[in-house]
Amino acid sequence: MLQVKNLTKIYDGGVKALDNVSFEVPDGQFLAVIGLSGSGKSTLLRCINRLIDPTEGQILWDGEDITAASPEEMRRIRRKIGMVFQHFNLVHRSKVITNVLAGRLGYVNPAWSLLNRFSKEDMEKAVKQLERVGIADKANQRADELSGGQQQRVGIARALMQDPKMILADEPVASLDPVLAHSIMKHLEEINKKDGVTVLCSLHFLDLVHRYADRVIALNQGQLVFEGSPRDIDDKKFKDIYGRDAERVG
Amino acid sequence: MKEKKSSAWKSIQFGLAVLLGLFVYAYGFDVTKVNLEELRSERRQQSLTRVTRTLAQPDLITYDKQEAIVNSPLYVPCPADNNLSAIPAADTAAAYLAITPACANPGETVQVEGFNFPPNIIGPIRFVPGSDPLNVVTLGRESIKTDGDGHFITSFVIPDRISEEPQHIRVTISENVGSPRFTQNAKDTWDKIIETVFMALLATTAGTILAFPLSFIAARNLMKSVRSPLTSVALSVLGWPIGMGLGYYIVNQIGIFTIPLAENIFTNLISVAVTPFIFWYAVRWALPQEEIKIPSPSLRLTRLLVLFIAILVAFFGFFQLAGLATNISLGIEKALGSFGFLATFLFQVSDILRIITPALGALAAGGTLANFLGHLGQRISEKNATARVKTTNLILAALAGATVLGLLGALVEWLYQVGQFEYTFWAPVLIGAGLGLLLAAFTQPKDTLPTGMVVYSITRTIVNALRSVEALVMAIVFVIAVGIGPFAGMMALGLHTIVSLVKLYSEQVESIMPGPLEAITATGANRLQTIIYAVIPQVIPPYISYTMYRWDINVRMSTIIGFVGGGGIGFLLQQNINLLNYRAASTQMIAIAIVVASMDYISSVLREKYV
Repeated sequence: MLQVKNLTKIYDGGVKALDNVSFEVPDGQFLAVIGLSGSGKSTLLRCINRLIDPTEGQILWDGEDITAASPEEMRRIRRKIGMVFQHFNLVHRSKVITNVLAGRLGYVNPAWSLLNRFSKEDMEKAVKQLERVGIADKANQRADELSGGQQQRVGIARALMQDPKMILADEPVASLDPVLAHSIMKHLEEINKKDGVTVLCSLHFLDLVHRYADRVIALNQGQLVFEGSPRDIDDKKFKDIYGRDAERVG
Repeated sequence: MKEKKSSAWKSIQFGLAVLLGLFVYAYGFDVTKVNLEELRSERRQQSLTRVTRTLAQPDLITYDKQEAIVNSPLYVPCPADNNLSAIPAADTAAAYLAITPACANPGETVQVEGFNFPPNIIGPIRFVPGSDPLNVVTLGRESIKTDGDGHFITSFVIPDRISEEPQHIRVTISENVGSPRFTQNAKDTWDKIIETVFMALLATTAGTILAFPLSFIAARNLMKSVRSPLTSVALSVLGWPIGMGLGYYIVNQIGIFTIPLAENIFTNLISVAVTPFIFWYAVRWALPQEEIKIPSPSLRLTRLLVLFIAILVAFFGFFQLAGLATNISLGIEKALGSFGFLATFLFQVSDILRIITPALGALAAGGTLANFLGHLGQRISEKNATARVKTTNLILAALAGATVLGLLGALVEWLYQVGQFEYTFWAPVLIGAGLGLLLAAFTQPKDTLPTGMVVYSITRTIVNALRSVEALVMAIVFVIAVGIGPFAGMMALGLHTIVSLVKLYSEQVESIMPGPLEAITATGANRLQTIIYAVIPQVIPPYISYTMYRWDINVRMSTIIGFVGGGGIGFLLQQNINLLNYRAASTQMIAIAIVVASMDYISSVLREKYV
């Protein structure tokens, strides 16, 4: 269970990205986070694995206080939280397999990383994850030789290498065409349903939300403006979330 | 109306700017003493022509010479009876001279005609005093030039040497025989240009190796997020000097312990073969590749102990390796013959290994202890109550401040030899302690300090300061430190390479894509792992490119570093210019041009291929 309590983030420039946000995510849920660009979705997700340090508030995960974790504890927490990014964030010049293996770094002793050494089990595991997302044949290509959809699959394989209990997906399909978007979302859904991994996924398109999410939270200017089932988003709620002039597309 | 005014104002501004520009350039002309009059003066033009012509004939190729002399007798003055019968008829089959008249008084002119000489040659024509035709003493400074048929005719003024015996006029012909060969100067140039290229190579290599790790701590984007609480900072500041002292002492002791063992080549061989295995297995046990559970404290302690022993064994192995290299090099130097430089190389490498091992040990121990104490500090400030952390901070910060300023004071004492210990040591210690106390008193005990930015600023400052000192100036210092020669030049170029590459490299690190960095951090990788897996792959191509560029610069620099005694071809060039030996200097200039141009070409080809 992930509990977010009164989370507030104020950036150095004084921008209030999150304003007293509180919600809970039970284990194994697929939670969609929606809202306009700049509403604080990315900040929220990054606060959960402390890529961004929140200004105030608390995040508890299975009772452990993430916001108060020491660097050593943070390493142990982060390796259980996979993350998938809008722009994939692969290391372009490295091979696909190396990118996937990087997901294991939270477990590997840093001294061995100096030698660029992964154990045999990790190598096998990496190939297995690539098979799972259907691009095992690309293992030895450079990451930037892959198409967008393939790169995002590598991103998912990297997250899977972590044996995650939770995956944070920051607009994972915003840079992909609709067909690819569905195939990527299906991978996330499968991981969520089959492995019981909690997924927090920020999304732009409501039809994707309806199709894949168990529950939705919506942010507007850093504030939590909606929490509930995707079916409950009617026109009025929609205008609350996206502003009065917004029109539904797709 | 308003527009008009502004346009007038603009014209005035423009006019003023033009005037200012004129003024600047006029002053520039004055300062740089632009003077074309000098260029037009006849004296200048003559010497310029002479030097240019000499430069156009580089001293590069020579031939073996074969000299032949052709003598022809004559009387000076004419004998009293005018009997010239003592003069034999010339052998017209070979080269011969005909002198008319065959006798003359001093100061008179005779006509000398030569036949059957080699065509189109120049040779000296001399008067040989005394009756001996093989006399080496000759008079005169004229020369003859034969035509296409090997014939010449010239007039010769008889010098003031009188004798009753027939004297001689001699023409010396020298002919090139055999194939052309390089002059001594060409060979020297070749030697020195090789020296130059390798000087640049070694300087670039050493510079790159050292600049690589430094470039990461001089990159703002990596260092900005490094923050730690005061307890941790103070403890690691204390850890560095203590650790370095301890490390140096311990490794030196190992060295002393090793020396008697290192003389025997069999002990060497066994140690060098065995220690890596011990080290490898110990490290593999002590540092498991992956660890899911948190190990128990006793296991952790045992691991630390094993690791420590493994490292001691490794240093023992290093010393033995150095000993082995020395022994081998001494043994094989004679057997290698002209490849003896390989043995010398081995010997020097072993010497370097022996010198840097204690330094390495000191650095490693300092780093480890500082790191360990830093972690300890982190824990102390996390697990204890604020008031207790504050007290700890006050004590530790005072100690750390005292240590840092005390060490700085000791440096000042060594540099300026003030000799008053109370000012150069105790005063800084007190000030440092005071500053530490102030820092601890005015910061929140659990707040983190921007340690990364402090380290970044210090590194950047040192690098920028050193970078502004030209390699040529550094070479002067190193010439004093290690003596005249290419080694001094290499050291100077190497140091300059380090500081310039640190700047260039770290700018590359600062411009990497932040996405992968974020992604790798999110997997739980620590800072070192993030650098290895997210930063290094992104910066390798520009690093290669900059290294090549630097090698290029180093080759160019090393051609002139000899001017200040730094070895390489510059030494030769300067010598020849000072001796006004422009033909030799020309050879060296051509060599430099060829090397620099081909380096330019090679590096551009390689850059295109790999980047």
